[in-house]
Amino acid sequence: MATATAPVKETRTHPENIVEMSWDPITRIVGSLGIFTKIDFANKKVVECHSTSSIFRGYSIFMKNKDPRDTHFITRRICGICGDNHATCSIYAQNMAYGIKPPAMAEWIINLGEAAEYMFDHNIFQDNLVGVDFCEKMVRETNPGVWEKATATEAPHAKDHGYRRIADIMTALNPFEGEFYRETLQVSRMTREMFCLMEGRHVHPSTLYPGGVGTVPSVQLFTDYLIRLMKYVEFMKKCVPLHDDLFDFFYEALPGYEQVGQRRVLLGCWGSYQDPDVCDYNYKTMDKWGKAMFVTPGVVVDGQLVTTNLVDINVQLRILLGSSYYEDWEQSETFVTHDPLGNPIDKRHPWNQTTIPQPQKRDFKGKYTWVMSPRWLDKRTGDHLALDTGGGPLARLWTTALAGLVDIGYVKATGSSVKMILPKTSMKPEVELEWKIPKWSNAIERDRARTYFQAYSAAAAMYFVERAMKELHAGRTETFTPFKVPDEAIGCGFHEAVRGVLSHHLVIRGGKVANYHPYPPTPWNANPRDIYGTPGPYEDAVQNTPIFEENGVDNFKGIDIMRAVRSFDPCLPCGVHMYLGNGKVIQQMHTPTGLAGLAKR
Amino acid sequence: MAAASPPIGAHRPPDVEEIHVVWMTTGLGCDGDSVSVTAATLPSIEDVVMGAIPGLPKVHLHNPVLAYEVGDDFMKYWYLAAEGKLDPFVLVMEGSIPNEKIKKEGYWAALGTDSKTGQPITTNEWIDRLAPKALAIVCAGTCATYGGIHAMAGNPTGAMGLADYLGWDWRSKAGLPIVNVPGCPVQPDNMMETLLYLLYQVAGLAPMIPLDDQLRPKWLFGKTVHEGCDRGGYYEQEDFADVYGSPKCIVKLGCWGPVVNCNVSKRGWMDGIGGCPNVGGICIGCTMPGFPDKFMPFMDPPPGSMVSSAVSGVTGGVIQALRQITQRSANKEPSWRHPRGELTTGYTPKHYANV
Repeated sequence: MATATAPVKETRTHPENIVEMSWDPITRIVGSLGIFTKIDFANKKVVECHSTSSIFRGYSIFMKNKDPRDTHFITRRICGICGDNHATCSIYAQNMAYGIKPPAMAEWIINLGEAAEYMFDHNIFQDNLVGVDFCEKMVRETNPGVWEKATATEAPHAKDHGYRRIADIMTALNPFEGEFYRETLQVSRMTREMFCLMEGRHVHPSTLYPGGVGTVPSVQLFTDYLIRLMKYVEFMKKCVPLHDDLFDFFYEALPGYEQVGQRRVLLGCWGSYQDPDVCDYNYKTMDKWGKAMFVTPGVVVDGQLVTTNLVDINVQLRILLGSSYYEDWEQSETFVTHDPLGNPIDKRHPWNQTTIPQPQKRDFKGKYTWVMSPRWLDKRTGDHLALDTGGGPLARLWTTALAGLVDIGYVKATGSSVKMILPKTSMKPEVELEWKIPKWSNAIERDRARTYFQAYSAAAAMYFVERAMKELHAGRTETFTPFKVPDEAIGCGFHEAVRGVLSHHLVIRGGKVANYHPYPPTPWNANPRDIYGTPGPYEDAVQNTPIFEENGVDNFKGIDIMRAVRSFDPCLPCGVHMYLGNGKVIQQMHTPTGLAGLAKR
Repeated sequence: MAAASPPIGAHRPPDVEEIHVVWMTTGLGCDGDSVSVTAATLPSIEDVVMGAIPGLPKVHLHNPVLAYEVGDDFMKYWYLAAEGKLDPFVLVMEGSIPNEKIKKEGYWAALGTDSKTGQPITTNEWIDRLAPKALAIVCAGTCATYGGIHAMAGNPTGAMGLADYLGWDWRSKAGLPIVNVPGCPVQPDNMMETLLYLLYQVAGLAPMIPLDDQLRPKWLFGKTVHEGCDRGGYYEQEDFADVYGSPKCIVKLGCWGPVVNCNVSKRGWMDGIGGCPNVGGICIGCTMPGFPDKFMPFMDPPPGSMVSSAVSGVTGGVIQALRQITQRSANKEPSWRHPRGELTTGYTPKHYANV
C-alpha cells in the first residue's frame, strides 16, 4: 500500500514558470550526488523530484561463499567515512550467529571508538561541509539581504562562543580561511586520534573482531582518550550555542524557512552503544538488550513512538524494487522462513534478498538508480513507510527522548527531551544542554540535532571511560571471547551509522556466507519511488521546498535545495543522483558559472 | 652548482608557478582516501592549499568532498582539463576502475551527465579523456592502485587498478609513471607526503620520484610491517599471542606483517597513534597488489607462520628466503583483474556477460 509522505501544500499564487536546472555532482558530501530539478520560479518552489545513484560495487555478490569471519573486514570498506560503523554492525551480527558475548571491556572499548566516530564525523561534516552553505561567502552570493541583516544582529550566546554578531559566525565558517572552519578541522583530527586509540585506524579500523577487540586496555590508553575528550567537551560548550544562534537566526531572518527540506515525521533509529550488563547477542532476548542501548532504537511516526523493540524493527523490514536496476528475487531461494522466535520472515526481508544486477540505460520514467527502496511495514496500517534517518541525530535524539529510557548521569532522556551535562573543564564551568523535540522534521532541525548529538556522544563517552576504568581497576582486562563458526546459523546486527540506521543480515551455510545484506542509512534516505509509487525521503523533502534565494533564474545557486539535501548528511559511496521531473519545461539551464572557487583564492 | 643538484634559496621561484589537482573519487570506492587526507598533518591539506611551505607552486585543489563549487561550476575543471586548458594538472584517482566493456549498456561508475545524451559520463570515459593531458597521475589507495576489495574473487564489475587499465608501462606526457600510494585507506601522511614530493619535483627542487616495481614510493614502502613493528621483540623471543587483546606478537592469529610492504606499524596512523599489529590489529595486507584474495580468510594464520615462528631465532636465512617467495606472491594481482571485454572473476551474470 502506498503511503502519504507529506501533507500536500497548495501555495501556487502565480502562473507557473518552470525551469529545469541541474547540479551534478553535489559536492561537500561523501560520494557523488547529482540533482536535476524543475523549479517554478514564479511561485518560488521546487516542483518534483526523483533520486538516482551512480555507482554499483556488488558487496552482497562477492561476499557469497566467503568465510563469515571475513565479513567485517570486507564490509567496513563499504564506507570511507563511517567504515567502523559497518565493522561494528557486522561484528554484532557475527556475535549473534556464533552465539558469543564479548567481555565487557571489549564493549566499552567499541563504545568509546564509536563515540569518537560520531564526535569526529558530525563535527567535520557540520562545519567543514554543511557549514559552507551558511558561511559569509555563500550567504553574500545567495542572499545579500540576509547577510546585511546578519551584520546587524547580535548573537544571543556571544559570551559562550565569542562571536559578537551572526555575521561574525558566518565569516568564521568561510572555507579554509575562517577561524571556526580551521578550528573544526583540527578538532576533527583530535577526535580521530581518540578513535585510533580504540579501533586502530580511521576510516577502516584494524582492531575489531567478532568476540571482542585486539586493543590492549591500559591506564595510558584511557588517559590518552580522556584528556582529548575533555578538550572536546570544552569545545562543545561553544559549538552548540554557536549553532543555535546561527540556525535560530535563519528562522528569524527568513520567515517560512521551516519548510525547507520538511517532510512528515517518519523517523527510524536502530540504536547505538551496547550495554554489556544486558546485551548477550541472543536474538530471543533482543527486545530487552535493544532497550538497554545507550541510544534507544525506535520508529517515530507523526510524533508517536510506534515501537522500541528491535525484533519488531527487524521482522517488519522490507526491501522493495520499483525504479532500480535489479531483477526481482521472488523466484530465488528463501534462506530464512522464521526468526528464532517463530515469527515468519517475508520474502522481501534482507535475510531473503538475492541481488541480481541488471545494468541498463538511465531512464527517469523507468529505472534510474542502483539504490533499492528499503521500507518499514507499519502493521497498524499496512503502510510500507519510507522512513528517513533525519541525517542520523534527529532520529536518534527523537526516539531516545520519547522512550525516556537512557539515564547515565551525563545523559538523561526525559520523555520529551534529552539532557546532557557537561562537567567543568579548564576554561568553562559546568553546562547543562537540553535538546527538545522540535516542531518539524526539516533541514534546520536535522542540522541542529547534529550539533547536539556531538555533545550527547561526548557525554556518553565520559560514562564509558568511567566504566572501562572500573573494569581495568578490577583487573578484568580480557577483551576477547573465543568462538567456532557454526555450520548453519543466522545473525543480524543493528547499529547507528553516523548518518542513521544500519543493519547487517547474515546467513551461514556449510560454514560459509550463504547470504549477506547490509542496509546503511543512505539507501533509506536516497531511494527512488518504490513499486507502490512512494517516493524516497530526499525526493519527498526536496519536493515543495520553497525557494528563498534572492538570485533569479540567471545566477541561481540553488542554496535552499543544497541545504535540504545536505541536512540528511548524504554518504553515497552508494552514489546518488537526484532528478526532479514532471511539470512543463519552459526553458532549460545548467548552473551558471561564476562561483569563484576556494582554489582561486 | 652541480646540475644534478637543483638550486636552493629563499627567493627562487618554482619552475611551475601554479598547478591544479583534479581529484576523481568516482572509481568503485568509498571516498575513504579523501577523508583520510583530511586527517593528515604532515603536511595538512590546508598547509598545501594555503601555501604554507616555501618554494612550491600555488595549488588549486578540485576535490568533490571539499569543494566550494557545486555541479557545473565544479565540473568545468574536468572539461577544461580534458581540453588541455587546465595546464598543468595532476590527476588523483580514487576507487577501483570497473570494466565497462563486459556489458552492453548502463554503467558501474560515473561522474556528471552528458548534456547530449542525458546519460551519466562513466569514470572510465573521464580517465580516457584526462590521462593524456595530465602532468602526473597519482593513485590514492589500494582500489585505484591494484583493484582492492571491489576486485575480489566473484565480483560482478570486473574491477581493476588504474595500471591494469592504462597499462603498467604508461607514462604521462611529462614522462612520469603512475604513482601508486596503496593502503585501505591510504595512510593520511603517506598520501600528503607523496603529493608534496611531486610538488617539489614539479617546482624543480627534487629529482624523479623513486618508485619500486609496484610503482610505490620507495621510501614509504621499502620495508615490511614486521620490520617496523614494536611487537617484533616478542617474535624474536618466540612469545606469541594465542588470543586477541594480548600485547604479544599476533602472527599466529592471522598477521601477515612479515611479508607486507607497509610503514604503518612504524609510523602509526595519525601522529604515531594507532596502526595495525602494533596496536592489536592483524595485518591483512591491505597495501598489497594481492589484496584481499591472497590474505583470506584473514583470521587464519598465514601459511608458513607456524614454521617461521617456531624457528625464528635459529635459521634467519632460511626464513628470509621463504618470506621472499610469499612476498612475491602477495605483490602479484590475481589474473581476473584485466581490461579485456570478458568477466573472469567467477561470477556468472544473469543479465549481462562477455559481449
